[in-house]
Amino acid sequence: MLLELEQVSLRFAGNTVLDKVDFGVEAGSLASLIGPNGAGKTSLFNSITGFYRPQEGRIDFNGERILRRKPHKVTQMGVARTFQNVRLFREMSVMENVMAGMHCRTKAGAFGAVLRTPGQRAEERYIAEVAHECMRFVGIDQYADRLATNLAYGYQRLVEIARALATQPRLILLDEPAAGLNGTEKAALIELIRRIRDERDVAVLLIEHDMGLVMQVSEHIHVLDYGRIIAKGTAEAVKNNPKVIEAYLGQEDEEMVL
Amino acid sequence: MPALETFLQAIVNGLVLGSFYALIALGYTMIFGVIKLLNFAHGDVYMVGAFVGFGALSLVSGVVGAGWTGLAIAVLISMIAVGFLGVVIQRVAYQPMLSAPRLSILITALAVSLVLQNGALSLTEGSYKAFRTDLGFGGFEFGRLFISHQAIVLVATAAVLMIALEFFVSRTMYGRAMRAVSIDKDMCRLLGINVNRVVAITFLIGSGLAAAAGTMAGAYYGSIWYFMGFLIGLKAFTAAVIGGIGSITGAMLGGLILGLLESFGTQIPFIGSEWKDVFTFAILILVLVFKPTGLLGKSEVERM
Repeated sequence: MLLELEQVSLRFAGNTVLDKVDFGVEAGSLASLIGPNGAGKTSLFNSITGFYRPQEGRIDFNGERILRRKPHKVTQMGVARTFQNVRLFREMSVMENVMAGMHCRTKAGAFGAVLRTPGQRAEERYIAEVAHECMRFVGIDQYADRLATNLAYGYQRLVEIARALATQPRLILLDEPAAGLNGTEKAALIELIRRIRDERDVAVLLIEHDMGLVMQVSEHIHVLDYGRIIAKGTAEAVKNNPKVIEAYLGQEDEEMVL
Repeated sequence: MPALETFLQAIVNGLVLGSFYALIALGYTMIFGVIKLLNFAHGDVYMVGAFVGFGALSLVSGVVGAGWTGLAIAVLISMIAVGFLGVVIQRVAYQPMLSAPRLSILITALAVSLVLQNGALSLTEGSYKAFRTDLGFGGFEFGRLFISHQAIVLVATAAVLMIALEFFVSRTMYGRAMRAVSIDKDMCRLLGINVNRVVAITFLIGSGLAAAAGTMAGAYYGSIWYFMGFLIGLKAFTAAVIGGIGSITGAMLGGLILGLLESFGTQIPFIGSEWKDVFTFAILILVLVFKPTGLLGKSEVERM
């Protein structure tokens, strides 16, 4: 297992958000985390990336403990994520946004940067190269010099993915990547998610409400409800699991129909 | 043509004054950018910079003299030493307050200001120190217009420092990280950026620039004392507000504009130089009323 959670519990002021969650993602796999609104999906992401500190349990990444590590350390170990609502550095160019993702992979210290040492110059060139490669990979290379805020929404999502890839992760967490995308863009996203795994050997874990997309891309699906994992397995198995159907149909305004 | 000469002289004086304001305003604006703190101790960091520069110059003057070389070394030593002092202040006084309400950290900054001022007061017994150099009073004369060598070197040094900073911020990894941190800290953490280190570097650079200004001001005006940072700190703050707080180019621009405005303001008939400060702070109030985001600042639009 690349990522492994064991008996993870997270509470906020007496509210149990995650309740003894056991969960895992294998290296190079495509997995999804689904569940009704408020089930704790994003909280689980935040716990993995170090923003929340679960009171109990164990989270291992690549055989190392990551629970209670600082977020930037977790990223350095190889976990990247994107957000439900796009969070780009709006006043910076697309290129600079992606380059910011490379920061954790650079070695030249602050003094090198101030003094412009040759090593630091070479590193700047390397960073630019990788950033271009990431932008080409998601198909936004032609917008490199535009301000992030001036791109269409669909492209902003791609910038976010390129920036996450620039951190050179082994696992990428995508939080509702299809939200607000049209049909064509969704099809392209499915293609992109597959390529991230196939061509870069990066494991993908996504939270998504679009069941069509989830069923198409995921090899494993985990279902979270009221902070508990209530089902896991292949798309087919999960689809027919009575607990899952109940969790969704018990809701009034859920967009999902299985 | 005395009118033209007066005009040009006012520009020269304004540029000198503006260089000091700009160098200090940069620290204000950068620190505000990364931790949203109005660091009211920044003027006192400038004062400490002047004293450290003074000490450094008396140390090295025996070896290289108190001329240009000696002063350059003194500026460098002061920048480095005070830069690290800035980092220490940040770690000790501000870091623990980052999660506290905004007002707490502002009060902490005022406390740091008092600590630095009173520290300097007790060490110097409140007396003026003569900042002696062997730079001489040479310069270029054009009729009644006089431009001293000191003024030229000072403005040029400030310009070089600002260009270097602009380059650092726009072209290097840490510069980009600094801008990114000022936009979205949590996102930076997720991208593996060590936010605390970026904040430390910001304090290092901001304090270093103030120290350079302090040492140069000491040499230029010839004397230093423990209270010298108070007024200029407020004026640099004004400059940062004029330029748009948080904007680096804005701070440079605001500093120069304020310097020039003051310099010309004292030329207005019946308004002598004793009205200079009234003039400056009237501008602050006008900017805050009519364009609170400053010249280059961006207003934050709340998304509904």
